[in-house]
Formats: sequence, C-alpha cells, structure tokens
Amino acid sequence: MGTSKSILASLTSEKAKWMYRKMLEIREFEETVHDIFAKGELPGFVHLYAGEEAVAVGVCSHLTDDDSITSTHRGHGHCIAKGCDLDGMMAEIYGKVTGLCRGKGGSMHIADIKKGMLGANGIVGGGFPLAVGAGLTAKVKKTDHVAVCFFGDGANNHGTFHEAINMAAIWNLPVLFVAENNGYGEASTYEYASSCTHIADRAAGYNIPGEIVDGKDLLAVYEAAERAVNRARKGEGPTLLECKTYRNYGHFEGDTQTYKDSEERMEEEEQNDCIKKFRNYMETQGLAKPEELDEIEDSVKKALEHAVKFGEESPNPDPSELTKDVYVSYE
Amino acid sequence: MTKIITFSKAINEAISTAMYKDDDVVLIGIDVAGGAEVDHLQDQEAWGGVMGVTQGIVDKFGRDRVIDTPIAEAGFIGASVTAAATGLRPIAELMFNDFIGSCLDEVMNQGAKLRYMFGGKAKVPLTIRTMHGAGYSAAAQHSQSLYSIFTHIPGLKVVIPSTPYDAKGLLLTSIFDDDPVIFFEDKTLYTMKGEVGDGFYTIPFGKADIKRKGKDLTIVAIGKMVHTALKAANQLAKKGFEAEVVDPRTLSPLDEETILDSVAKTGRLIIVDEAYPRCNAATDISAMVVDKGFDYLDAPIKMITAPHSPVPFSPSLEKLYLPTPEKILAAFAEIMGDNSIVTK
Repeated sequence: MGTSKSILASLTSEKAKWMYRKMLEIREFEETVHDIFAKGELPGFVHLYAGEEAVAVGVCSHLTDDDSITSTHRGHGHCIAKGCDLDGMMAEIYGKVTGLCRGKGGSMHIADIKKGMLGANGIVGGGFPLAVGAGLTAKVKKTDHVAVCFFGDGANNHGTFHEAINMAAIWNLPVLFVAENNGYGEASTYEYASSCTHIADRAAGYNIPGEIVDGKDLLAVYEAAERAVNRARKGEGPTLLECKTYRNYGHFEGDTQTYKDSEERMEEEEQNDCIKKFRNYMETQGLAKPEELDEIEDSVKKALEHAVKFGEESPNPDPSELTKDVYVSYE
Repeated sequence: MTKIITFSKAINEAISTAMYKDDDVVLIGIDVAGGAEVDHLQDQEAWGGVMGVTQGIVDKFGRDRVIDTPIAEAGFIGASVTAAATGLRPIAELMFNDFIGSCLDEVMNQGAKLRYMFGGKAKVPLTIRTMHGAGYSAAAQHSQSLYSIFTHIPGLKVVIPSTPYDAKGLLLTSIFDDDPVIFFEDKTLYTMKGEVGDGFYTIPFGKADIKRKGKDLTIVAIGKMVHTALKAANQLAKKGFEAEVVDPRTLSPLDEETILDSVAKTGRLIIVDEAYPRCNAATDISAMVVDKGFDYLDAPIKMITAPHSPVPFSPSLEKLYLPTPEKILAAFAEIMGDNSIVTK
C-alpha cells in the first residue's frame, strides 16, 4: 500500500482496528442483505456497496457526528462508516418501525440526521446540491464542520454536478466531493458515458484541487481525505477526490451483470479486495495480531446476526404512521 | 390474429413495430440497450432497460437507433425534444416518472410549448415512456403516479394504459402522433398477461374504454386502478349491483362524453386514482361531471385515492396507501346508505 510516512506515523493501532471493523461491518452487512434479498425476504430495491468499503471508511474516519455526508442509492456503506446503528439500519431495510426512518424510507432513503448522515438518495445526482447546503450552513454559522458528497461515476454526468461544484467553489465552501468511480453507471461503462479521462480532471474547470487515488487502498483514501478535510476545515474550500474502485455486485440486486468481464470481476473481487489488502497490511506492519483481527471478524458476524434478528422480529409501523410526519404542522 | 403476451412484451412489440415501420423512430434513454461499447457483450444479452422492457430491440435495430445515454435526464430529454422538432420521432425513456424532477423544464417549458410559441410552425413528435405506480416497496422517489402534473400542462398528451392490448395500441398511436406524449407504464403491470393483436394497430386518444358494463354505478379508474375497480365490481355484482367500469385511457385529451353518458345512465360516480388526492385526475374528472352532468347525479361523487402523503417504503404501510376494492365498496355503501354492501 503506497502511503506516506507521516500518515503511517499518525495511524494508531486503535484507529486501524476501528477502520478494519467498519469495513468488515459494511461487507458483512451487504453479504447478509444479498442473501436475505435472494430468499425473497426483503421488500423493494437494494443496491449493494460491497467492494467499495475503503472509500466510505477512509473518508468518514476523518469526520465527526457534526460533519454531514450525502449519499447515493448505494448508501449502506456510507451509513455504517458514519456510525449509523446496524440494528436500526437492518430494521429499516425490513420496513419495520424500529428502523432508522421508522420503516418509511427503506434502503434507498436510509438516513440518520443525528449522525450527520443526510440520507441515501433515490435520485442520481441528488446529493451534490444537498452537500452544498450543509457546507453553506457551516460557513454562515462559522463552524468548522465539513460536508462530504459521495457520488458515483454515473452521477458525474448529471447537471447537478456542475451547478453544485461551481457554487461550492465560488463560495469557498467546506465541501468534499468524493467520486466513487466503480467503472459502471448502471449497465454503462464510465468510458462510454463520460467525456473526460478522469472525473478529477473536471476540478480544473472550477479552479479547485482534483485528486485521484486508488479507492481499493484504504490508506491512500485515508491520506487524501485527510488533506481535503483539513483544507475544508481551515476555510480553504472544496476538493474533488476521485477514488477508483469496483462494485462487487450489480447495479441492483437481480442485475445479471452481463456487461461485466469475468476476469475483471475475479481480479477485483479476489486479488484486489480492499479488506484483504488492509488486513495483510495491518499484520505485516504489526498494527494488529491475526487473532485480534479474527476476534473483530467474529464480533462483526455476531453483530449482523443480531441486526437480522432485530429486523425480523421488530413490529411493522402502526397504520397511523402512513400520514404522520408529512409536515411538522398542517392545520 | 391475437396472442397472449405480457404488458411488458406488448410495449416491446409496439416499439419494434414502430421502428420497422419508420426509420425516423429511435429509442433513447439510460441503458435502453445497456452496456454500450462493451466488447464481449452480445446485443441480445444487453439489459434492455432497468426492467428489461426493451430487451432485444438493440439486437434488431442496432445502436445507431437504440441509444444509451449518460444518467443525464435534462440532457437527453431536452435533446429528444429538438431531435423530434428537427426530423426524428424519438421514444425517450424517463426510467421512473419521479425523475421528472431532473428534467421538468425540458418537458414543460420546451417540449410542450414549442409549437405554440413558434406560431404553429414546429411540431414535436416525441413520446416519453415512463414508469409509475406504488406496490413494489420502491419508496417515495420511485413509486409516485404523477400524470396529473402533465395533464395540467397544455401541449402535452397523457396516456395511461391498463392492459397489454391497450398498451400496444396506445403506444403506437403515441409514437406516430405529432405532439409530445407522456406514456405511463405501471411497473406492477409489466408481468400481467393479456390478449394483444398482431402487427400494427392503433387506439385513438380521447376515447375511453368501457371495461365492464353496468347500470347502478359508474367507476372511472385510471391505469392499474381499472383492475381494482373490476374486482370491486365483481364483489358488487354478488350484492346485486352492476357497476360500469370506465377506463379513460388518456387523461389529455379526456373523453368527457363517455364518462358523462355513463353517469347519465347510472346516476352515481366513484373515481379511483392512485395519485395524491389534491389536484389529481379524480378531482379534475369530478369537477367536469359536476359542471356538465350535475343533473345526472343521484348521489355525491366519491374519490378513492392515495392519502396526501409520500409513498411509504414499508410494505405494511404501502398496502394501506393504495386504493382497494374494499375502499370502493365502502364508498358505494356510504352513498347508498346501505351497510349491507360492506358486510359479508
């Protein structure tokens, strides 16, 4: 893993283990959702984040609950990295009243305002201006909070990309635009749908820094995100950070993925897996003993078993919930 | 000749039929073929849209006429408007009608108004196909039924088929109509099977279809609500009441005459519309009947709609959200002052 010495010096064993745990939580959550969805036990549409864990975790490890993130329809990973409760997330995906959104949002709208998670989003490109709004609040209220907009390569061709990044740039807002370039927007390749070689190239048009990192390398993301978050906190404005990554599953569950190459899948999912690579790194650098990491794995598995049980056994929303919370008040 | 095929296949057939008939017809949208420029991908294996509705069309007509777009609705819907005005006859797919939020200007201010603003010197033969409807737990941004927004806008035509037969005929009419048409496809109807005619046929706009004849009650129902209304009508028949089920098929233009004739015969009207209750098709039709057929009415008009609330994700709430045969029966019991209609 290509990382600078200064980052390595600041990376404590405790922080590394926290990041490992978060990546595992995401992977285990997504594999679990994949399995129960395949059994027909989950309603609606689900889009899985497995494979991209290093991006959400590498970025969110620099954030607190006071910082905001906006997410995508592939939002479970961002939720977990931002500290959302696994039980509440799973219950939400089951449509139960104990869910983070009382069962009314589901996978595509999962959110937790208290944690600064401003929602997964059913609209591609929906997150760009929403992140700008959170950045505007930070600027007007003179806090040092930052906002992060996670978006996919598909969204980088959406009109909101231009409007939002331009505004963040002219107002010098504390916003980090994190491109998760997994190579595919739905069933179309990045190369087909985008005119620029790299998403980060577009930063030049807004006079903001654009940086490209290996999104499968947790520490590369961690290091670049640290720089960008620090810039934002110091009032130095937005950054466009492009993370080259890969989604292990389809656009949605049920997608046959005929557009993907099987060798490419094998390489990305097996040899280039961000979690395996980071575990190997921790062991060789002496950041954790193998048995400690095994313990984390066991603990995460148990947490997911608990979450599924909680989701399954929780009650449905009361019928009165149907028309509740459309407004704060409506007389 | 006819055959039994799904609603989805009927739409696929209409598109193919139109593309064989006229080289100016193109299909454009996000992954309408899928996997553009992927070397190993055979065209017959390509997605054909997120629900597979246009599967196989790229194999027949090639990627020059089946055009995958970036996820950029304002861009490709806007481009379709002027592609239509300059010589093509595009079928643009707006994946979910909810995504109109990303491209309403292109439809409302450009496509709908071009002809009028240009003094009748332009035409926009554009069909926008779009998915709507609750029932799949697709939550608040993928489940709405927004046809009333388009019905409100002069210059647009609005089509909502309820059966495979109507879907094919109305889509062919839409494609060869010289005005912009918004064609709604209920995602929960895609797997529904029904009899469909072979080859090319059209169904005129502004002609309602009486899906069931009756003398005691008129039920006007939109899209998949036609099937909800038919279920209610069957239950009412067991109680000795014959409901007439009228499917307007197009909301703009609207066949006022068929609706008024039915109400003149039955004296009672229930309108079933799964859209939000305010300013929807039901309130529009209700106002028209009060205006033009007040004397025919023996009872207040009842409207069965969704509540004034976004579509909930949880299946337990979504079930309560949609109109049901039971809600139609309850409304009929109320206007008849006869509780035995709702008791077993």
